[in-house]
Amino acid sequence: MDGFAKSIGGGGPNVPAGSHPAGGSQAAAGGGATQRTQYPYVTGTSVIALKYKDGVIMACDTGASYGSTLRYKSVERIKAVGKHSIIGASGEYSDFQEILRYLDELTLSDHMWDDGNSLGPKEIHNYLTRVMYNRRNKFDPLWNSLVIGGVKKGPKGDEKYLGMVNMIGTHFEENHVATGFGNHLAIPILRAEWHEDMTFEEAVKLVEKCLLVLLYRDRSSINKFQIAKITTEGSTIYPPYSLKTYWGFTHFENPAQGAVGSW
Amino acid sequence: MTGSMDLPAKGGFSFDLCRRNNMLEKNGLKLPGFRKTGTTIVGLVFQDGVVLGADTRATEGPIVADKNCEKIHFMAPNIYCCGAGTAADTEAVTDMVSSQLQLHRYATGRESRVVTALTLLKSHLFRYQGHVSAALVLGGVDCTGPHLHTVYPHGSTDTLPFATMGSGSLAAMSVFESKYKEGLTREEGIQLVSDAICAGIFNDLGSGSNVDVCVITKGKTEYLRNHQLPNPRTYASSKGYSFTKGQTEVLSTKITPLKQKVEVTEGGDAMEE
Repeated sequence: MDGFAKSIGGGGPNVPAGSHPAGGSQAAAGGGATQRTQYPYVTGTSVIALKYKDGVIMACDTGASYGSTLRYKSVERIKAVGKHSIIGASGEYSDFQEILRYLDELTLSDHMWDDGNSLGPKEIHNYLTRVMYNRRNKFDPLWNSLVIGGVKKGPKGDEKYLGMVNMIGTHFEENHVATGFGNHLAIPILRAEWHEDMTFEEAVKLVEKCLLVLLYRDRSSINKFQIAKITTEGSTIYPPYSLKTYWGFTHFENPAQGAVGSW
Repeated sequence: MTGSMDLPAKGGFSFDLCRRNNMLEKNGLKLPGFRKTGTTIVGLVFQDGVVLGADTRATEGPIVADKNCEKIHFMAPNIYCCGAGTAADTEAVTDMVSSQLQLHRYATGRESRVVTALTLLKSHLFRYQGHVSAALVLGGVDCTGPHLHTVYPHGSTDTLPFATMGSGSLAAMSVFESKYKEGLTREEGIQLVSDAICAGIFNDLGSGSNVDVCVITKGKTEYLRNHQLPNPRTYASSKGYSFTKGQTEVLSTKITPLKQKVEVTEGGDAMEE
């Protein structure tokens, strides 16, 4: 197998190895076992999600970058899993496709039991945590941060669930999550403005607020977003759309007006 | 007219000691760490002027070195500057430019302009090629109107309607990007700046404690030190830690007078030069 010298220690899923990832052919470092560490090549940027009254809403942009190039502009990074969940991923897109295949196998064999039971979001989250952590232990991680949301009937009625797993196996459950740059730009807004039992319209407005900030301030984000929601009725992934940006501040026009000839 | 400022030293940054420093490091000397301010600093332009804001935590690695430091520095009566990065660098560079501005005011007889402070700062920082680790938000109101600039350690500057710097800059910027609009009133401006600093305080580990705000308008500057205190000291008991006499039982008492070891002679001479 290829042995790349670079170890996993640097950056998360959204940090490509320089602007030319395909040229990363370094000789294997001297000493011992083959290390199957990786660079991420084609990466997706942030995913944000939050619980609202009827279930969970998740959103992300539809772009995938190849290093510093915006290579793919119509990529679906949110998919439905089974009847009760949706999953969103940032990071290496091919690893996300692999995870979707694992989940397909999982849901298929679950369906074949034909026992009237189906896997809920909590179970999917647990399964993915085990997969991610075990891969990390073998120094062969799936370079993703995953967001799993869903609603399933439980002993106390319909239970909404929203959780996150990242490439090293860190996992938790929260009322609102974000991956990548969303951690720094969207989480402060969500912490201040999220509350229990938001309506769908309120939730979409809050999500759009976060997506707009990410569009302005994350260089790998594009102005084409997809929102998905999951409720007891099932999952809906809406068609992509763009947000309106505002560039009309007077201070953006002629910033050097105070001192002609300055820089 | 004599120049009111020193001529810059010929040749820029002096690299003379670098070889000696490298040799010492190779021989095992551990260089002292820098005290970084790990900060959230912000500024915005509102309809009558400029509002600056800052948190008050100074960190030394993982430890909070100063719980309530002042990050909004005086440059001129109408110009203030928030500083992030190495605390010594921000203090020294703002003090230096502040005194240069004062001398300039005496020489010209006019109120200082923000672009003057800006040019002095950026020229100094560029000469030091980023080794002076000062990231600044400079704001003020002069005869040409309100101005807000950011200055980076390598010497580049931006002119912006709203700006954030420091480790908490992303959290504060998310608040600004979602809520800023032109023509804010004074109250709205102060509220938005406080919200942005609070976002930095609660979401960034390098920022914390209190919110300082400075409002600069034509002819008037208000420095609101500790405008908000969102992290008060809390006690397990509502009465706090006040211990009245008699709460601790005294079992026995023994008083030992200390022997006088020093002889005090009256009427000695005043301290000699």
